[in-house]
Amino acid sequence: MLKINNLHASIEGKEILKGISLEVKPGEVHAIMGPNGSGKSTLASVLAGRDLFDVTEGTVEFLDQDLLDMAPEDRARSGLFLGFQYPVEIPGVSMVNFMKTAVNEHRKHNNLDPLSASDFLKLMREKKEVVDITSNLTNRSVNEGFSGGEKKRNEIFQMAMLDPKMAILDETDSGLDIDALKIVAHGVNKLRTKENATIIITHYQRLLEYIVPDFVHILYKGKIVKSSGKELALELEEKGYDWIKEQ
Amino acid sequence: MTKLETLQSELVNLFDDNTDVLTSNDSDWIRQQRKNALEDFKRLGIPTKKNEAYKYTNLEQYLTGSEYDYELAPLTYEANLDDIFHCDIPELATQIALVLNGFYYKHNRPVDLPQGVILCGLAEATQKYPELVAKHYGKYANTSTNSLAALSSMFAQDGIFLYVPKNVVIETPIQIINVGYSFKNLRVNRRNLIIAEDNAQVSVLFCDHTLCARSFITNSLTEIYTGNNAQVDFTRMQNENSNSSQISNTFIHQEANSTFTSNTLSLHGGLIRNNIYAKLDGEGATNNTYSLFLADGEQHMSTYTNVHHAKPHCFSDQLVKGVLDEKATGAFNGKIYVDVDAVKTEAFQRNNNILLTPTAKMNTKPQLVIYNDDVKCSHGATVGQLDENALFYIRSRGIGYNEAQHLLMYAFANEVVGKIKLEALRERIIDMVDRRLRGELGTCENCNLGQHN
Ligand SMILES: Nc1ncnc2c1ncn2[C@@H]1O[C@H](COP(=O)(O)OP(=O)(O)OP(=O)(O)O)[C@@H](O)[C@H]1O
Ligand SMILES: [Mg+2]
Repeated sequence: MLKINNLHASIEGKEILKGISLEVKPGEVHAIMGPNGSGKSTLASVLAGRDLFDVTEGTVEFLDQDLLDMAPEDRARSGLFLGFQYPVEIPGVSMVNFMKTAVNEHRKHNNLDPLSASDFLKLMREKKEVVDITSNLTNRSVNEGFSGGEKKRNEIFQMAMLDPKMAILDETDSGLDIDALKIVAHGVNKLRTKENATIIITHYQRLLEYIVPDFVHILYKGKIVKSSGKELALELEEKGYDWIKEQ
Repeated sequence: MTKLETLQSELVNLFDDNTDVLTSNDSDWIRQQRKNALEDFKRLGIPTKKNEAYKYTNLEQYLTGSEYDYELAPLTYEANLDDIFHCDIPELATQIALVLNGFYYKHNRPVDLPQGVILCGLAEATQKYPELVAKHYGKYANTSTNSLAALSSMFAQDGIFLYVPKNVVIETPIQIINVGYSFKNLRVNRRNLIIAEDNAQVSVLFCDHTLCARSFITNSLTEIYTGNNAQVDFTRMQNENSNSSQISNTFIHQEANSTFTSNTLSLHGGLIRNNIYAKLDGEGATNNTYSLFLADGEQHMSTYTNVHHAKPHCFSDQLVKGVLDEKATGAFNGKIYVDVDAVKTEAFQRNNNILLTPTAKMNTKPQLVIYNDDVKCSHGATVGQLDENALFYIRSRGIGYNEAQHLLMYAFANEVVGKIKLEALRERIIDMVDRRLRGELGTCENCNLGQHN
């Protein structure tokens, strides 16, 4: 469903991604780990279409489309979702209005009529339960004044609302207390199907206890230096990154 | 002679040549005020860019270069009000009066207002209620330092007069439609007087429109008296064609514990210049001066404020926001002035602007002039672009670029519009701002007045 082939990306002439190849098939969960600054968020941003980064080489196919050729909104409408490491605060734009606009844009893309006000509220109520989000968060401006953990839950809530085919969750676990972590993991698992795929970017083995990955990749200095099964995360936890750096 | 000096002398000549007609209905004291204003105007001249308050507003560009007619008496334009105006907004029942080219329209529908309230033309009021008018007329407008207010004082013969007696609360907003309609380019002066006596409450909406593609230069003067504990909400919507220039001079006088809130929404127009003076002249008064302008093309929109704290324990809040697109230019020059006796003053001022293109320009100058220590004041200004991170975040949820941009601009504008107290009015103006931001605003929904050609 997602085929990344030899992807290079740079910012202001500085190369950050130095030839990444990765294939994700429907139903799979991939974890990407790696030290700070190795390019994990950059990879996520490039996949979501942030034009801050220049793609200098390589290709990305998503559901048989040339992903790199698509605007961010078209990627999202085709079923790609990015859970941001740092969700953006947007004062004055209400969560409700934001989500309503987003959901209806997705529906338009699928040739569906916009949701009625009551159907939309019903959908909101349903999905809020998935991440145990309180209603007053959805009555506020997007992420404005949300605590770190609330912002992360809000990302999962948006994911639930938009029902993506492929979700990339960038450190959705950091800043979460243990209960919240379980809730978020539970939310992700609930949305997991045979058709959907997930890429989880994380620093901690802990999340992977709840969302069990099929593959773990280690990104180091803009390259995937190691790929293996879920046991790799444990090994990392034990040995740290020096072990990778030495190789 | 510069172009502005030429214009000045033309206007002085126009006044001299027509003094008889212009003053024919005047009582002595109004005639005297016109003469004083004439002297002020001669002495001050039309502000050039050397004038601090007009440094970034080039009046020459907008006020000179074309020929303009001047109406000394109301145009004999006969039409049924209902034919030109359908603003019967179901959610917003208002009492409506039309002012055509500066003259109170003679076929205005009768209004239904509480006992003692007066709504009529200012010219009529000076005849019928001379004492009431004399008590306030010219008392708040300062023509000795504002030559455009002086110009308006010289020429304006009519406008609206609204009187709300002591303790009277008017529930229904009063909507004044200021219309420019002419077969030739026209210079319009109008003068308004609004009096809210002690404990009175009223909400007034001004809608400034041009009804045709002619060029209008409107120079208006409005005096508003807010008595002890009175509450006045003043919303002004400016929606004129790009050939037209509008200068408004508003002088607000506030007594103790009064609350005055203005929302000025400049949606469209060639030049819009709003000069707002508020004097908080009684303890415990509150003044809110809010303004939003949305400029594109080569429009210029500028705001000058002067909020004067003359007595202790007053509160003022100024918020001016602008969105500038294409080659639009804007300016903000705002002042908080705190007298030596005005202790325990709280005064705030903020100006935020968004430039949508590299060719749009904004100049902003917030100022504090404070003559005592016992105050809480703040001011600040920003000029920036839409937040790229926010734009990307929104787009990453499947919302297209234009819609994402719209959401952000709407949110930006909504901070001002959201402060309009009356819900029905707020909803409607939010809707207009929304459509203006989408570039769809031509008419006011149910009203065929504001058509731009
Ligand atoms: N906007 C930017 N401008 C300049 N450099 C950037 C920018 N964004 C990222 N970088 C650089 O790219 C490199 C990779 O950053 P990235 O955020 O992808 O790392 P990461 O693996 O997600 O790290 P972390 O674990 O700390 O989140 C870093 O050296 C970072 O400084
Ligand atoms: Mg990161």
